[in-house]
Amino acid sequence: MRAATPLLDVRGLTKHFPLKASPGNKSGVVRAVDDVNFSVMRGETLGIVGESGCGKSTTARLLMHLINPTAGEVIFEGKVVGSRDLPMKEFHRQVQMVFQDSYSSLNPRLTVEASIAFGPQVHGVSEKEAVKRARDLLARVGLEPARFAGRYPHELSGGQRQRVNIARALALEPRVVILDEAVSALDKSVEAQVLNLLLDLKQDFNLTYLFISHDLNVVRYISDRVMVMYLGQVVEMASTDAIFASAKHPYADALLSSMPSMDPDQRTEAPPISGDPPNPINPPSGCRFHTRCTFAESVCSSRSPQLTSIDETHRVACLMYEANVQHPRSRVNVLKVAA
Amino acid sequence: MNASLSIPAASVAAIEQSPGYWSGVFKRFLRDRVAMIAAVVVLVLVLLALFGTYVTPADPYQSSMLKRLKPIGTEGFLLGTDELGRDMMSRLMVGARLSLFMGITPVLFAFLIGSVIGIIAGYTGGWLNTAIMRTVDVFYAFPSVLLAIALSGALGAGIGNALISLTLVFIPPICRVAESVTAQVRSRDYVEAARASGANAFAIIKTHVLGNVLGPIFVYATSLIAVSMILASGLSFLGLGVKPPEPEWGLMLNTLRTAIYTQPWIAALPGLMIFITSISFNMLSDGLRSAMDVKQ
Amino acid sequence: MSQDAIIEIKDLEVVFGSGSAAVRAVNGVTLRVERGQTVALIGESGSGKSVTLRSLLRLHAPKKTTIKGNIRVAGHDVLSLSSSALSNFRGEVCSMIFQEPLLALDPVYSVGDQIVESIQRHKGCSRAEANKKALELFERVKIPSPERRLAAYPHEMSGGMRQRAMIALALACDPQVLLADEPTTALDATVQIQILLLLRELQKTLGLSIVFVTHDIGAAVEVADRIAVMYAGQIVEEGDVRTIMRAPRHPYTKALLQSRAHGSLDRGQRLATIPGAPPDLAKLPPGCAFAPRCTYAQDECREGTIALISLGESHSARCRRTDVTHLPHTESVET
Repeated sequence: MRAATPLLDVRGLTKHFPLKASPGNKSGVVRAVDDVNFSVMRGETLGIVGESGCGKSTTARLLMHLINPTAGEVIFEGKVVGSRDLPMKEFHRQVQMVFQDSYSSLNPRLTVEASIAFGPQVHGVSEKEAVKRARDLLARVGLEPARFAGRYPHELSGGQRQRVNIARALALEPRVVILDEAVSALDKSVEAQVLNLLLDLKQDFNLTYLFISHDLNVVRYISDRVMVMYLGQVVEMASTDAIFASAKHPYADALLSSMPSMDPDQRTEAPPISGDPPNPINPPSGCRFHTRCTFAESVCSSRSPQLTSIDETHRVACLMYEANVQHPRSRVNVLKVAA
Repeated sequence: MNASLSIPAASVAAIEQSPGYWSGVFKRFLRDRVAMIAAVVVLVLVLLALFGTYVTPADPYQSSMLKRLKPIGTEGFLLGTDELGRDMMSRLMVGARLSLFMGITPVLFAFLIGSVIGIIAGYTGGWLNTAIMRTVDVFYAFPSVLLAIALSGALGAGIGNALISLTLVFIPPICRVAESVTAQVRSRDYVEAARASGANAFAIIKTHVLGNVLGPIFVYATSLIAVSMILASGLSFLGLGVKPPEPEWGLMLNTLRTAIYTQPWIAALPGLMIFITSISFNMLSDGLRSAMDVKQ
Repeated sequence: MSQDAIIEIKDLEVVFGSGSAAVRAVNGVTLRVERGQTVALIGESGSGKSVTLRSLLRLHAPKKTTIKGNIRVAGHDVLSLSSSALSNFRGEVCSMIFQEPLLALDPVYSVGDQIVESIQRHKGCSRAEANKKALELFERVKIPSPERRLAAYPHEMSGGMRQRAMIALALACDPQVLLADEPTTALDATVQIQILLLLRELQKTLGLSIVFVTHDIGAAVEVADRIAVMYAGQIVEEGDVRTIMRAPRHPYTKALLQSRAHGSLDRGQRLATIPGAPPDLAKLPPGCAFAPRCTYAQDECREGTIALISLGESHSARCRRTDVTHLPHTESVET
């Protein structure tokens, strides 16, 4: 069954950044990403949402191997990345990334065309061929090559630069593109143009997307499945429809209810949760959300929840959904009855 | 912001080449009046250094006991004569060669060596960075004048040794600047994107780092030329650099110091040349710096 | 709702620089804010919304900026205030909160000290009284354990706490008008909604008038009574929040609302987009600045000045085609 093998499989991915000791602050580690497991199927778009410090961007950089994981492995088409079966360079041809800051991600001294052509040349494509590919891609992302190929990044608008960044990511003919807040810095009208472009490109090049964003509306629009992260851990993962219809994890639910209402007559009356996300240095014990959770019980501060399947596609890391846990509001039996 | 709207779409498929970054720098530099004056002065000095010997009004080595320390404006000696009766004007003109040579050469070598070390340290980071930069700090701890004199003294007098010691003096500061500029560029997303394309460090440094760091390092290095000239003059003054009777401004300043009471103007002339040269180089590097500063 | 106006901006023009490189950031903005009202200025980057807001406190560098027009805030003629009157005006009549509190708060003083200092300077009261007032303010903006937090330095606080502290600082001298420049843009979703609700509550309990600048229509809907949409330095449409959301008449407002990704869209369905990009403020086209991107534009739109057309009580749009813009337009939605 080919369809059942995930394209990208992430197992136990962990990144702890060591902290230097400073006065009044004991040395410790930032648990940026802690034992994250997920898989991405061929051709789908997986949205990753969460607030700052939840580890979504670190996850992206770990996937790209721009930083080395503390533990865990990434498996691409059944091959461990970095092993003899799949050397890093080959992996990078298959998986590419688009960054948030369209300006900082282009070399100011290179023309747009040279920036796009750099990647293919690294992989042994001749300069002539690489430049031709760059021009084709510029046309494909809606920038007329004759006008734009010779330009420098500062001569382009934010939307145009992000199109160049997308073209650069596609220049290696990758199968997976990680979009790390790729449309977040753009104005709404430009964002819509770029989102449309991303949809077209996905179809034309049979791409698989990992779409990281804090904008829930955009994630809902573009993703097939959504993964919600909180303080370095996955708290819920489900199809977009399921999670937006009824998020099971109290945090995921609060996050989705925090979206501003677009209806002046149905304004939000009370904040879904109070306070800020805690610092990922020394996160709370047990369930990391228990300090802000309205359903928290004593068991939540001592026991770490595991990501548990509640149906075929829906997984949640909350003690209320875990069997054999003494949580007064356990939903396990309710789900069983429903099933 | 968006210039593209005003440009009609090109019907032919010829690629419009934007004026590059350096042509913009050049344009801004041309508009900077102070920097242009400095550039003209530097050009004149360089021309003097190259061709000064062919256009001197008199032989700069021809001494005459009868015509010692003639004042400025004396018939036949426009800028007077020195303590051995040699024509000051000719000696100052010919002196430009050695003085500029002593100013520019050590900085050039230090630029090459310091940039390489600094870029490697800045790009790799980690323990290698720590090892390199702490070593550099040791040199940095000594005042540059003292370091130059100590090194020159240890190596022995002579132009070659003076050049070596000055080069060593300038490597640490250039290395430090190179390291910090490189570390900044390295954290940019475009370097990350290049790493994500699977490129090795060499290719990334060649394509993405060098173009962005050499400019700022070069600007810093030009500002060191003035310092180098003054240090070289100092070494010559102490007898550690250029040997008489070669005309070099620092050495001339030294030998003329006995005449400071009888002909103060003449004694001050080599100092004036050093001053003009160093300030011109400083202005030039200031102008370059602001011309290279692209504001979005 | 015809109360007295607390803010009246008339024909405001703000030009940065001069000669051919002059950037016409604001081109004739007229805006009226009534006492106790919250008005949201929305628009994309470069639309002039922040520049308009900053003009209310005269925050632009006077040497590089030319400001024309008339601004009256609570009876003060802002553009002709002397510099000492201006510094009293700032804080006591009108104060401002920013997107990034870390840049607006002084890093070397504790937050409490900054608030106390501001109260003492403006009110001339004793330190004990100022301390008491600072504590009240911290309670008012709902900072947990306020006594302890007053002694904290800005970098020791989380993003949401800092934003609350900045609001407390802005309210220190009981201003009548609060200006908010993208105050929730840098915040996380769960924190953003808390701050929006706080602003709404403060507006109600203190009777503040708020001008709220944002690019996020959702945030505007949560707090605003009225919305003014800006494009290329002009207010192109203004009205009651319900009217703007449900029956926008300016093609730009319509397109902006349609181009948002929102819940009722099917996945894979293409978003309606506005073609092209906003105009260069140094060389604005004649006529309507939106005409080059507008699906309704006709030749008449590309010449002359476009007047604000009244479309009923407190709803107006700067458009010559309002007779057709309320009809569904097939071309404006590409599928």
